[in-house]
Amino acid sequence: MSSIDAPNPYQTQTRPQSQEAVFPLVNYLNKTGGWKSWLLTADHKRIAVLYLITTTLSFLIGGLAAALVRLELLTPQGDLLSADGYNKAFSAHGIVMVFMFLVPAVPAVLGNFLVPLMLGAKDLAFPKINLLSWYLYMIGSALCIYAIIAGGVDTGWTFYTPYSTTTNTNVISAAVGVFIIGFSSIFTGFNFIITVHKMRAPGLTWFRLPLFIWSIYATSLIMILGTPVIGITVLMVAVERLIHLGVFDPAFGGDPLLFQHLFWFYSHPAVYIMILPGFGIISELIPCFARRNIFGYSFIAMSSLAIAMVGFFVWGHHLFVSGQSPYAGVVFSALSFVIGIPTAIKVFNWTATLYKGSISFETPMLFALFFIGLFLVGGMTGLFLAAVGLDVHVHDTYFVVAHFHYVMVGGMMLAYMGGVHFWFPKISGRMYPEFLGRISAITIFIGFNVTFFPQFVMGYMGMPRQYHEYVSEYQVYHVLSTAGASVLGLGFMMPIVYLTYAWFFGPVAGPNPYRATGLEWQTSSPPVTENFLEIPVVSVGPYEYSQFKEDDEVVHSR
Amino acid sequence: MSTHASTDAQHGHAAHDPHLAHHFEDRAQQDEAHSLGLWVFLATEIMFFGGLFLAFTVYHVLFPDAFGLASSRLSVDWGVINTIVLLFSSFTMAMAVHSAQKGHQKRLIGYMVVTVICAFGFMGIKSIEWSEKFEHHLVPGPNFEFVLDDPHLAKSGHALTAEQMESALARDPNVERHAQMFFVIYFCLTGLHGVHVLIGIGVIIWMIIRAGRGEFSSRWSTPIELTGLYWHLVDVIWIYLFPLIYLIHRH
Repeated sequence: MSSIDAPNPYQTQTRPQSQEAVFPLVNYLNKTGGWKSWLLTADHKRIAVLYLITTTLSFLIGGLAAALVRLELLTPQGDLLSADGYNKAFSAHGIVMVFMFLVPAVPAVLGNFLVPLMLGAKDLAFPKINLLSWYLYMIGSALCIYAIIAGGVDTGWTFYTPYSTTTNTNVISAAVGVFIIGFSSIFTGFNFIITVHKMRAPGLTWFRLPLFIWSIYATSLIMILGTPVIGITVLMVAVERLIHLGVFDPAFGGDPLLFQHLFWFYSHPAVYIMILPGFGIISELIPCFARRNIFGYSFIAMSSLAIAMVGFFVWGHHLFVSGQSPYAGVVFSALSFVIGIPTAIKVFNWTATLYKGSISFETPMLFALFFIGLFLVGGMTGLFLAAVGLDVHVHDTYFVVAHFHYVMVGGMMLAYMGGVHFWFPKISGRMYPEFLGRISAITIFIGFNVTFFPQFVMGYMGMPRQYHEYVSEYQVYHVLSTAGASVLGLGFMMPIVYLTYAWFFGPVAGPNPYRATGLEWQTSSPPVTENFLEIPVVSVGPYEYSQFKEDDEVVHSR
Repeated sequence: MSTHASTDAQHGHAAHDPHLAHHFEDRAQQDEAHSLGLWVFLATEIMFFGGLFLAFTVYHVLFPDAFGLASSRLSVDWGVINTIVLLFSSFTMAMAVHSAQKGHQKRLIGYMVVTVICAFGFMGIKSIEWSEKFEHHLVPGPNFEFVLDDPHLAKSGHALTAEQMESALARDPNVERHAQMFFVIYFCLTGLHGVHVLIGIGVIIWMIIRAGRGEFSSRWSTPIELTGLYWHLVDVIWIYLFPLIYLIHRH
């Protein structure tokens, strides 16, 4: 628990409150028992827990592949892995992290758990389809893992043709795996959209929705409109491999560039699938730990929709050097700058919320603040890459790798960690250890920067990505990066250990350990299977932190 | 141990409304959620087919001659008949929905049976067409053979004149090879559409069985309405497919 004894009124609130902190005798975790009650559950909270366990496993597998990559790059020679082995290692890292972790992590874990709770609903609109989505995720992931174990895939996570249709590795099972995981993601987004439209509690108007819901809603739009396109695209790759004639094969008049267009038509919006829910988490954390109403609610809400929409029209910035028309390049470049606007609106509003707030540095808040800093770097370097001229220079270098990881790890992963800590008491009914949490947040922040900042430098100097050997001038950056990755790995292992411990032995949290607003904090922790004993009626906006002021002062004087 | 939350709750509600799932407040909310769900699903389907439509469009722009010539090997007669069959099945499906809402059990079943028969008819004609392609070596693969002076064309009176052949070859020397791309996408598109028809047949037969058990009434016909929506989507996709792949060169 909290190691700080400063007389911050908020601090004392995070401790289990002796009067309220009773672990509910009957809750969603223990209402029914036995493995069948979990594997056949239709309860969105249990499905979220299933997703939590399985996506964490995926994260470990993807991390293991990343460790192999970083170890190999410690020296300029290829001494740990062969060139083929290295290709397979970074492909495994990319496929597992993107399709099996980043895309499902926040929506399927936190979204599944929180969407009905935040809406005051008993469940998602289609509970059985929700369970089906988890099974599809498991089948698709199993196929991807099979592809990786039984010989590997060496195309990278992008499956670019014509290489992916000619290489003799397991592209088909990986592609079919991605296709099936895609449907799991479609079903998740589909469920969220219907639930947000039709199952809000009485009084919960659109502009009283928590911003996390707005983000998840925008994410779901991308999921249902973008994912089918990648589905049909990887299916065409699989067909081309199976019957050896090509939709994308130049020998038959096919156009590999068409593949890239179709692929990025999904896969660029897909990075917004990965980061938008993270934005939603930050929009929940900042007001809670600054004890202030969010600044610019409607701007943050609408910017999520704007990102989802504009996100569909920027894919061409992945094709600046692929032979796309230079005029198209100019248009895509301009549109890519445009998407920086709604993103910046969010960052400005978060910092404006902090202004004059009563800020406290609990673990979730640490993650949120680190997120803002790192995402800023990731986002700004994204503008570098959106400029056609500069992109030609840094294309396919570690600059792009660093940019992507600043957004995905520094951005999405930190937001996810913040969210998992923040809602851990709600999910498990118990508190995480505050001191260890803060140590882990700081370790991750330091490890992350040491890993990826040198990659900006060496990328700008010309170190190409996806090479397992390199000239010795770059070694110092690679050594730094690998050293940082070890710290980063340690930082990610810590929460896995202490959260698992706290799940069973942590102090009882009580319904609302942070004095947070939001419907999910008005029910017991962990909630009952039906979420609420009585459907709540909403009469105020989502971040009315002024209501807590008096309570806080009372505690303060104690 | 095997009972879980949803079954418990369903039994709890069974007293007043057997069709209301436990997590909905009332029937109106449930019906609205289900129908919005199907509309969202239809949007997903359109994007799913969209990738193939895009591929078709791109290659049609790149190889207009090859696509025109390849398209002329399709049987427009069968295509027209199939379009009529499918449109008619959409009509009978709409009548089935109407009957369900009015509570006419026998008419509901009758219309759905006709719809299924039409759907089988559509697939039957489709398989005739596909096997013709197979006999004419127009199935992409090692046996693919597309020549401009095909004897089959001469038999059916559609042979190209020497000038037509010359001008096609002048514009696109690889026209015979590029024609294969047309058939790749033709089989992908009609195959994917066929899969949707087969799924539709399965769902409608299931609905016939449920209707036979007397599950639907004028107060509850949501599954029939949703099936109808899906079937209309299958029809609408064909309405776009038919001119795109059959009529493209006949202007």
